[in-house]
Amino acid sequence: MSFQRYDYDVIANWIEPGERILDLGCGDGSLLRYLAEVRQVRGYGVEKDPERVLACARNGINVIQIDMEEGLAGFDDGFFDHVIMSLSLQAMHNTQGILKEMLRVGREAVVSFPNFAYWRHRQAILNGHMPVSKNLPHQWYNTPNIRFFTIADFDDLCAQEGIAIRERLAFDEDKVITDEPNFLASVALYRLGRSETATG
Amino acid sequence: MKEQQSVGIVVPQTAHFSDPLPLKSGGVLPQYDLVYETYGTLNAARSNAVLVCHALSGSHHVAGRHADSGAEGWWDNLVGPGKPLDTRRFFVIGVNNLGGCYGSSGPNCINPATGKPWGADFPFVTVEDWVDAQARLADRLGIERFAAVVGGSLGGMQALSWTLQYPDRVAHALVIASAPKLTAQNIAFNEVARQAILKDPEFHGGHYYEHGVVPTRGLALARMIGHITYLSDDAMGQKFGRALRHDKPVFSYDVEFEIESYLRYQGDKFAGFFDANTYLLTTKALDYYDPAFAYNGDLVAALGRARADYLVVSFSTDWRFAPSRSREIVYALMHSDRRVSYTEIDCPAGHDSFLLDDPQYHGVLRAYIDNIRL
Repeated sequence: MSFQRYDYDVIANWIEPGERILDLGCGDGSLLRYLAEVRQVRGYGVEKDPERVLACARNGINVIQIDMEEGLAGFDDGFFDHVIMSLSLQAMHNTQGILKEMLRVGREAVVSFPNFAYWRHRQAILNGHMPVSKNLPHQWYNTPNIRFFTIADFDDLCAQEGIAIRERLAFDEDKVITDEPNFLASVALYRLGRSETATG
Repeated sequence: MKEQQSVGIVVPQTAHFSDPLPLKSGGVLPQYDLVYETYGTLNAARSNAVLVCHALSGSHHVAGRHADSGAEGWWDNLVGPGKPLDTRRFFVIGVNNLGGCYGSSGPNCINPATGKPWGADFPFVTVEDWVDAQARLADRLGIERFAAVVGGSLGGMQALSWTLQYPDRVAHALVIASAPKLTAQNIAFNEVARQAILKDPEFHGGHYYEHGVVPTRGLALARMIGHITYLSDDAMGQKFGRALRHDKPVFSYDVEFEIESYLRYQGDKFAGFFDANTYLLTTKALDYYDPAFAYNGDLVAALGRARADYLVVSFSTDWRFAPSRSREIVYALMHSDRRVSYTEIDCPAGHDSFLLDDPQYHGVLRAYIDNIRL
């Protein structure tokens, strides 16, 4: 998918060669494989689904089969340079907990998610239906997504949790959106850090 | 899907070693035999060798069948043409460990110094000693470096230990249903099993061979205890439930519940062929294994020497070697910057799951092994 590659390129640009990377919800490991190719990262993926774990094994990706809803207790503080969660945050119950864990075990976190306030989604709701699109391909009754939030909502959460937004890029398909991203962007990518003023 | 076949009839071989083997206990084995089997062909580059390490009651007979007894190898579902550990690609070796009772030097063999069976005088052997002995066999077979060392349970400890004792001689380690060291509870089960043997009146301080008897009652009890811990509560419940042989209580200590019948049968069968001294020695080897001990309990530091890549596998219902114990290995390897993958297989059969051919389990093993470059 063209979007996937665009997503990957942005993430790769935020990563230095040779970094330690943790990819939460790594799927078949294709992002880690890409980052190993272009950034020679030392990567590990976390995945719960047995079929995806099998796909990672086939792809030669280091995969650790645990349920990240239960936190990352086995991972040391600050061990990773970047902890990535690509298009999975909206499917997590423990949103605040996992963000905190990502910034505990990683120096920085990279998060991407579908923007539920994208204008086509708003249009779908105005027309009386839950949005179904390229980035939200499921019907309401079978979607794995459980948290429905927007770019504006996520910015608020970061402020509330003392999470520093180091960089944010928003897209409609593979076009960068700079004006009115909460209205015009279907997906957002964030580079996050621990806020200097935050304690604990 | 590849067609899976058996390696067919296999013949064990014996290698004699006359160089003394120094042991972790401080003792020495002046000379010894190792019985082993091989499957497949060592390639010209000698790069396709895989060592399979056995657990408490296993042996060198990993795959195929013995012509005389027809006995099938204990991990035949894993090793063979078209199987996850494919003998068309790999040269696979199974070795009976020192102290064993299947032909390698052990308590039931003659002590050359006395001309009598070793019995209780056979020295304590550890996981590290086994690995040292296996390395000498590898030397003898011309194998400088294993493509992989594979083991479940106590065998997984050997696979892990290989990568620490001989970091340059192992490319991949598959550590299955294992632990970086036993818990107090796990040692406790071993101790009850040992006491059953040691307190059997026919044990005679370990020199029962000379009395022409075997402490079968103790050994059978030890096996019964082990069996309980190798199965899950659910698996046992599904297999036996509360089924009564007479369909109602008859108020007797004879077999009434089907689980009693099963355990007695398994215990008696085991006591008929296994050696009690081997059982004692092997459970102690399990208890002593603790690679982090010399590093003040710091497993990451202990793994610092490792150079291998790892696959760690656990089973959801295994409470004797629980998934959390495998994860200790995984996190320590990751924090030592080793390449490691970990899967927890959802399988109802408890610790014994590692011997089954669950599709997800064998799928992951196959995928991992297929990616091993020779």
